[in-house]
Amino acid sequence: MPANWSGQVAIVGAYESGRRRAPGLHPFAIQAECARGALSDAGLELADVDGFATAASFPAEGAREMAVAEVAEYLGLHPRWVDGTDVGGAAPISHAGHAVAAIQAGLAEVVLVTYAACGYSWPHGTADYLTYAHGPGQWELPYGPSTVATYALAARRHMHDYGTTAEDLAAIAVQCRANAAANPDARYTAPISVDDVLASPVIAAPLHRLDCCVVTDSGGAFVLTSARRAKSMSSRPAYLLGFGEALGQVSMSQMWPFTATAAAASGARAFQTAGMRPAEIDCAQLYDSFTITVLLALEDLGFCGKGEGGKFASAGELAPGGQLPINTDGGGLSSNHPGMRGIFLVIEAVKQLRGECGPRQVKDCAVALCNGTGGELGTRHSAATLILSNR
Amino acid sequence: MPDEKEKRRYAKPLPHIDEETRPWWEAAQRHELYIQQCRDCGDRRFHPRTLCTNCMSSRTEWVKCGGRGKVYTFTVTNQNGSAGFRDALPYVLAWVELDEGVKLLTNIVECPPAQVKIDMPVEVVFDDVTPDVTLVKFRPAH
Repeated sequence: MPANWSGQVAIVGAYESGRRRAPGLHPFAIQAECARGALSDAGLELADVDGFATAASFPAEGAREMAVAEVAEYLGLHPRWVDGTDVGGAAPISHAGHAVAAIQAGLAEVVLVTYAACGYSWPHGTADYLTYAHGPGQWELPYGPSTVATYALAARRHMHDYGTTAEDLAAIAVQCRANAAANPDARYTAPISVDDVLASPVIAAPLHRLDCCVVTDSGGAFVLTSARRAKSMSSRPAYLLGFGEALGQVSMSQMWPFTATAAAASGARAFQTAGMRPAEIDCAQLYDSFTITVLLALEDLGFCGKGEGGKFASAGELAPGGQLPINTDGGGLSSNHPGMRGIFLVIEAVKQLRGECGPRQVKDCAVALCNGTGGELGTRHSAATLILSNR
Repeated sequence: MPDEKEKRRYAKPLPHIDEETRPWWEAAQRHELYIQQCRDCGDRRFHPRTLCTNCMSSRTEWVKCGGRGKVYTFTVTNQNGSAGFRDALPYVLAWVELDEGVKLLTNIVECPPAQVKIDMPVEVVFDDVTPDVTLVKFRPAH
């Protein structure tokens, strides 16, 4: 039985910036571009927005502790509902789920969710997590846990436990690059092979450079409202059918299995609230900070068994004609990743459901899943899963 | 590029030690390794905290560790542009599981990176990186 809110809220506007490099721009300028783009797509004005969510407290995102307030001020918004939940890359998906609750409760009617960052060009600070050596950082930072290294820790253990190979991981990068060829805004479109991935420098073993996402300057936004109001609006609504979020940690003694992610919980909650099963998903937008991030999500969301993600990817099931087309815009691995990319998962899912994707359109795409992974798999992370449909 | 001054002083991040964690860091300076165990529910934990993460009890005992464990997972890091690490490449980042049942994030040292393996038995090495701070690292057990 689906949750009582399932299908009651819809996305009616979505916009991804075509920018990939924006030297000299403050990310707030991209926030504004994307807010206007999404509202215009929805046929709405700034004054229609009464709920606002964003995450912008990492250096390249341009704000600090009161990020949602800083960005709202910059945009000229006066929301009666705000959400500044920052769970890293999964944040915009968490915001969508929280917006459902707000709209159902009458705390907001039109919610704008935005994200922008200048990960490539930003000169102040780094994009690494937990860069302060006080509190939890005192136990980690002295040992050099770069972001790539922490994801590599997860990949190494998965290889040990399940025989996953570097070629399996590379197959994911190859597919995302092939998908990017059909996306005119993608950062990289020239096809790559498994050999190309394995020949690229090893950043932190077993992850090669081509196992890692691109770094760009960009942003996106989407607009949610009640299904009732959505029906009277011009664009084809994408209804939120299911949602779940969860946190995962490696260090706790009641341990999260290291080779599984919090998507096992967020995905289960999303499918349960939607009253659906993995086989009903027509395409999936899976956070691809690294190839291992995708591989684990495939398993944890139930698209294949635990330990079988490598075989699933290497068998070509992630291609447009396969069992589960993923990352149809080229993903973070080839298209866009300014710091976090949860927002683009939702935007691409909406475009697929609207049938707007042209050469990269998945045939008969009626149900899409978005899975965001935030933080670092090797230390602490978040997951948020959303199921959308055009029916 | 690292300059000569950076090479001479310890340039990697140092822990900010607070009153909750000071006993652990002082033990490390004495070359002793401890973890915490809850006196009420028996749950063992690392990193040190005031309250139990299983039952929130404040009744804690410090358990002295034998210093042995095994590599749970690791990565040979070839690229890191931050101060101190950029002139110490490659280095091995790892989770080590102590015989006492908890895991900690650390470096594997005194071992060619290519020889590090999951389940490799390791023993603790106390690295006195400054007069005030000793870091806990691991090397292959002899």
